[in-house]
Amino acid sequence: MTETEAFEHPFAKYLRAAMMPHIWCSGCGNGIILNAFVHALDEMQMDLNKLVVVSGIGCIGRAAGYTNVDSFHTTHGRPIAFATGVKLAKPELEVVVISGDGDLFAIGGNHFIHAARRNIGIKVICANNFNYGMTGGQVGPTTPLEALTTTTPYGNIEHPFNLVHLAAASGATYVARWTTLHVRMLAISIKKLLQREGFSFIEVVSPCPEIFGRRNKMRTGLEMMEWFRKASVIENFSDPAKAEITPERIVVGEFVDVEKPTYEKLLHDKMAQILKESED
Amino acid sequence: MAKEKTVLTGVHFMSGDIACAEGAIAAGCRFFAGYPITPATEIAEHIAARMPKIGGVYVQMEDEIASIAAVIGASYAGLKAMTATSGPGFSLMQENIGLAAMTEAPCVIVDVMRGGPSTGQPTLPGQQDVMQAKWGSHGDYEIIALAPSSVQEMFDLTIEAFNLAETYRVPTMVMADEVVAHMWEKLVIPPAEEIKIVNRKRPNTPPEQYLPFMPEDDLVPPMACFGEGYRFHATGLTHDEHGYPQTQSSEAQTKLVQRLCDKIRKNADKIVRFEETMVEDAEILVVAYGIVARAALSAVRKARENGIKAGLLRLVTLWPFPEKHIAKAAEGAKAIIVPEMNCGQMVREVERTAKETSVFHLSKLGEEPPTPMEIFEALRRHSK
Amino acid sequence: MRVEIRFAGFGGQGIIKSGIMTAMAACIYSGKHAVQTQSYGPESRGGACKSEVVISDDEIDFPKVTEPDVLVVMSQHAYNEYAENVKKGGIIILDPDMIPNEKKLEKVKVFRVPATKMAEELGRRIVANVVMLGAFTAITKIVDKKALKEAIKANVPKGTEKLNSAAFERGYEYGGKIAES
Repeated sequence: MTETEAFEHPFAKYLRAAMMPHIWCSGCGNGIILNAFVHALDEMQMDLNKLVVVSGIGCIGRAAGYTNVDSFHTTHGRPIAFATGVKLAKPELEVVVISGDGDLFAIGGNHFIHAARRNIGIKVICANNFNYGMTGGQVGPTTPLEALTTTTPYGNIEHPFNLVHLAAASGATYVARWTTLHVRMLAISIKKLLQREGFSFIEVVSPCPEIFGRRNKMRTGLEMMEWFRKASVIENFSDPAKAEITPERIVVGEFVDVEKPTYEKLLHDKMAQILKESED
Repeated sequence: MAKEKTVLTGVHFMSGDIACAEGAIAAGCRFFAGYPITPATEIAEHIAARMPKIGGVYVQMEDEIASIAAVIGASYAGLKAMTATSGPGFSLMQENIGLAAMTEAPCVIVDVMRGGPSTGQPTLPGQQDVMQAKWGSHGDYEIIALAPSSVQEMFDLTIEAFNLAETYRVPTMVMADEVVAHMWEKLVIPPAEEIKIVNRKRPNTPPEQYLPFMPEDDLVPPMACFGEGYRFHATGLTHDEHGYPQTQSSEAQTKLVQRLCDKIRKNADKIVRFEETMVEDAEILVVAYGIVARAALSAVRKARENGIKAGLLRLVTLWPFPEKHIAKAAEGAKAIIVPEMNCGQMVREVERTAKETSVFHLSKLGEEPPTPMEIFEALRRHSK
Repeated sequence: MRVEIRFAGFGGQGIIKSGIMTAMAACIYSGKHAVQTQSYGPESRGGACKSEVVISDDEIDFPKVTEPDVLVVMSQHAYNEYAENVKKGGIIILDPDMIPNEKKLEKVKVFRVPATKMAEELGRRIVANVVMLGAFTAITKIVDKKALKEAIKANVPKGTEKLNSAAFERGYEYGGKIAES
């Protein structure tokens, strides 16, 4: 055995080697997000036996399978609803949803706002690549106005969601946005996400040069990252309502970080109260 | 903390919906996710009152899609889980019922059938979802569906549904109807130790050797749950024994999907349940289920009093369909009457299996199930 | 012997509950076989509703009522719908204040019990159905008085037992009187 063969990547234990190679295009930001997630797990020395990663359908949906923990790849739009069942059944587990903008905010939007409202203690990381990449680049709930996609060939006329505003308004207790350019901040933010008790959300603005970028004058990952670099401004705890993503401006940073009793805690307390009353 | 009793042993006067809820609790159900819908709401209401007192979880989700998704999640986290709905909600659940079949998540879905299609007649009974139970999700798969015809069976068959779901790792349905669900009748709940409870097979291999979708001889893989150190993957994509996606392999597709069908088909003799009354010498047969089977029983008795050699075969499992038994019972019969509260659903299965024997459908829609007199008239007409 | 009873009126009158209490009295407190079924509209209050009870010494196959021996009716709408469907030789017990227009019916005995008025006199209109149950018990003797009182106790909200018991007794007394005459 040569020395190179004996070398094991320090993060190998976090990933399922049997699932590699991954399906993601070159220049895609999903690998950066997974990398930041794994960094956070490593820095926190997370108990991998108590972590569940759930994803929906879309390119980033494969992340659940790539992570070497208990993982479930649900139907399109339903990872949050599935994760709610896991978390309420076994509150001691850390349950993380990693999915895309279409999965979480179009087909699955209803589940997102209600899980946030209930303050279910699940953690949601959204890769926002502005379109449906896996199906070839159709318009989605975050596609910017006038952007070209295969189903908006004359320019998008739908107003996009401002995800951090939506999350904050729905009741999420931790809300942040980063781009894949902000790798260190993203990893730090994911650590915070994992440390919070309540419903927590990070939007990661992520490049999709092969499918979205090439129709919108950003043919390579580098060009998309260049956009992120020029447009992004860090404004921590600014008003999420004013954090719309435009070609000129991407406000990143933490928007919300508050404490509020989780559904699981209120449920537990309620049970204790009922049992106590029945004893009295 | 002193928890409330889970099995309410004793004699009760109860509605079908409440008996179903008590059956679930007695079976060990500790997770319920649902969305209000007539005529199944009382199941959720009763469970919402009971669960906190026995350490279980009731959660009202934002819709039925979320409800079944949460049920699958809770099942994978190790709890026995259930949802209850009616036609419109049952339709919304179908995609994830396919997910439960594909990922072999034990779970119970109660459908209290009302008049459809669409919003239909919410407070009136129907039997219009029985084919949807079998074929509602896309792709090939098998499920188990039971049809209670009394308050006692709402209790007993809900327990049975959990046992079957756990045994075969398959979504199992209790296909009730509005009459049975809202009817009040005597319910006898036996002592807890007399109730047969089945729990899913657990892996006896260490985590590093565990293959989450490697079946044993009964075609069912042992099931580890989240948080137990097995660190396995499950997906709605076609997968191999590791649970890893195999989206391009014809072999993997054939192997997995065929097994999902075969684990029910090849175990059908063990699963199938039905009840025969005066079938042995019957010249004319009624095949019925749910509330309609009780009208049929009355009609068959009346027919016998009038010298007509009638018999009743009541379906307890709708799916798998008791093919062999229908075929055998049909051999000696001149005709088979199939009364249903739909425009002809299970009758197709009877026609398919009865082969030579003439099969007649008696359809009744709206407020009342077919009356004993209507079925008796059909027996008289076709026995000539 | 199979006896079929239909309670009918509008939502909010306690019609469904009347059926449940009658069936429960026969089944749990008298050892007979009994089953209650119901039908109701989309309205929580005010819609037409009926509650049906079958009582038998033998196991009950078909649980629905086809031709009732007894109709207990508390609204004009329900009366119009069901009065003619009562079995020959059967009984109709009605609240005349709720049913101003009666049809000419043959071969049924009609008993008029001003249950709503009597309930108002007791202070709560809501117990009219229990007054009716008292009269029903005295007139038909299908279910034992003690059994029905037990069933009522088991089904009414805590704190209202006394009121309901008084309502039942009022109806029972009135029913007894008109049954004799």
